Amino acid sequence: MAPLLDIAKLSLSFRTESGPARVLDQIDLLVQPGEIVGLVGESGCGKTTLARAILGTLPERLTEIGSGHIRLDGVDMLRDDQATERLRGRVVTFVPQDPFASFNPLFRIRAQIGDLMRWKTPRRTASRFGWRSRAEQKADDEAVLAMLDTVQLPQPRRILEKYPHELSGGQRQRVMIAMALLPEPRLIIADEPTTALDVTVQAQILGLLRRLAVERGVSVLFTTHDLGAAWEICDRVVVMYAGQTAEIAPREAFFAHPRHPYTRMLLQSLPEEGRDAVGIPGAVPSPLQPPPGCRFNPRCPRMTGICRDERPALSGQHGAHQVACHHPVAVSEVAGNV
Amino acid sequence: MSDLPAPTLLEVDRLGRHFPVRGFLNRRVGTLRALDDVSFAVGEGEVLGIVGESGCGKSTLGKTLMGIHEPTSGEVRLRGERIAAPGQKRAAAVRAKLQYVYQDPGASLDPRWTLRRSLHEPLIIHTDWSRAKREEHVQAIVSAVGLPQAHLDLYPHEISGGQQRRVGLARILVLGPQLIIFDEPTSGLDVSVQATVLALFRDLREEFGLTYLFISHDLAVVRSICNRIVVMYLGRIVEIGDTAEVFRAPRHPYTRSLLAAAPRIGGPRVTESFTLQGEPPDPSNVPSGCRFRTRCPLAIDKCATIEPAIDFEGGHGVACLRWREDAL
Repeated sequence: MAPLLDIAKLSLSFRTESGPARVLDQIDLLVQPGEIVGLVGESGCGKTTLARAILGTLPERLTEIGSGHIRLDGVDMLRDDQATERLRGRVVTFVPQDPFASFNPLFRIRAQIGDLMRWKTPRRTASRFGWRSRAEQKADDEAVLAMLDTVQLPQPRRILEKYPHELSGGQRQRVMIAMALLPEPRLIIADEPTTALDVTVQAQILGLLRRLAVERGVSVLFTTHDLGAAWEICDRVVVMYAGQTAEIAPREAFFAHPRHPYTRMLLQSLPEEGRDAVGIPGAVPSPLQPPPGCRFNPRCPRMTGICRDERPALSGQHGAHQVACHHPVAVSEVAGNV
Repeated sequence: MSDLPAPTLLEVDRLGRHFPVRGFLNRRVGTLRALDDVSFAVGEGEVLGIVGESGCGKSTLGKTLMGIHEPTSGEVRLRGERIAAPGQKRAAAVRAKLQYVYQDPGASLDPRWTLRRSLHEPLIIHTDWSRAKREEHVQAIVSAVGLPQAHLDLYPHEISGGQQRRVGLARILVLGPQLIIFDEPTSGLDVSVQATVLALFRDLREEFGLTYLFISHDLAVVRSICNRIVVMYLGRIVEIGDTAEVFRAPRHPYTRSLLAAAPRIGGPRVTESFTLQGEPPDPSNVPSGCRFRTRCPLAIDKCATIEPAIDFEGGHGVACLRWREDAL
């Protein structure tokens, strides 16, 4: 099966006054159709940059693409601007972290969803000027109401007449998910969609996202720093550290036998009953002067000379448990952990 | 509140805080009951967690205890002395004993002041110590929070965010408070940083013999650091008890939903079995009777008329009419 999203050896830097900030360093990532992939990492690891690179929304003048490619459905998202424009909002849609910042506070929800349906409607070859016949408008309205019902918003007609500030955080996020699903995309990029929400609402939203994705066969790339949320929703987990891919593994294998020292320490940082959480000493390195070799080496307890000299490659084949480390933790060492 | 091991430090007695809702021409059109009839006690050296969804009144509770809001009813006592009641103004001596830590304590540093000046300021206001005595005290506190002395001459932007956080904590500790109220101290932190911050809180508590009130919506954090927890819903306490006891056998249906909603790594996906729907109703228009009844899976007709009081059994209290029924 051809992957829907194929990112290989992607390096990307931002121009800054003090030289290039190398925020992504040889990232590899594949997303199969219908798969939910979690992109996990701490703040500053480059997960949002990667999400925006896929959407093609990085500031053009500041971004410098070093190497590699991003192919979505066979289209080169980095170099083919016209095709990117065609795909964005149709084949790939986005659910942001803070839905309030993505709504226009001056317009009712109806107007904002209406705009979306006018320009990104899935069913017909849209007219260039956004013109719709009466029948098409009616069909669009019905599709919107049906979708609001699907994301479990009570009384969708009343929601449409409200302004964004009149909705609660959970309702806003539901409307966002509805808007992400309306163009019938093949990939949804959800950038920390539940960090601003309470646990009870988070459970509802994650459940909804997972159910809809599975029912409709939509792939989801879900970035988060919350390992618990990743466990809830993902089929596969990708861990990033300081712009490098550290580990890629199926969900069960990842949580049962983490192999990268960074991943292990991350899991041990979770507060749990019966043991004190251990933090990771040190701080994430600056992308202006990243450490040579493996970028985790200054904080790594298993560091040796080779970690500074050579960047570890991602081991194994796609689909297997892949790890980028010179001294990975053997499965036997972690048996019984978690 | 019978079997507290330590003497009581703080007593909260039927505390209420209502906000007027203003309409056209500033006319009062309603009341937002942010806190209603909240009573609990905190023992000396204890860490009490306060959990609940956003809008449940946990921050209002913290701010009312601090004296930032004036209570509408009820009173607060610190070591038996009344420190907050309707119409009471707070004495400066009391203000030094209670301290409030915001989400990012480092953000309260003045960017144009050296850290030394920021740390001296509370002592200048609250004490009449000589400069040398203040300096000695500040240096002792700074080493206790794990900062090098040389940092005292730097400005906030010259140190890292984590160090700013430590300076913010040092600034709170210089006055020798008895009770510290933490308001969401770990939200927005990465787990690896969060673990370090929690360890620092633990060490400081032991070193200075502090009592903590820990307001958070993160159940895993609360579970790892608190001795007892209070669960709030729409301005009322629904459950109170030892952390281990509440997590092992939650009695209130709301507490159960809250615990069930938290993802458990290694366990089954909770999103597949999670049943609680919707969000808390508008606090300016609370349901009659039990406030949780509109979302409660166990609600019966009686719940709409009777407002359940907290029912204690062995230090574990719950405000629900039906918790004793076996079939739950």
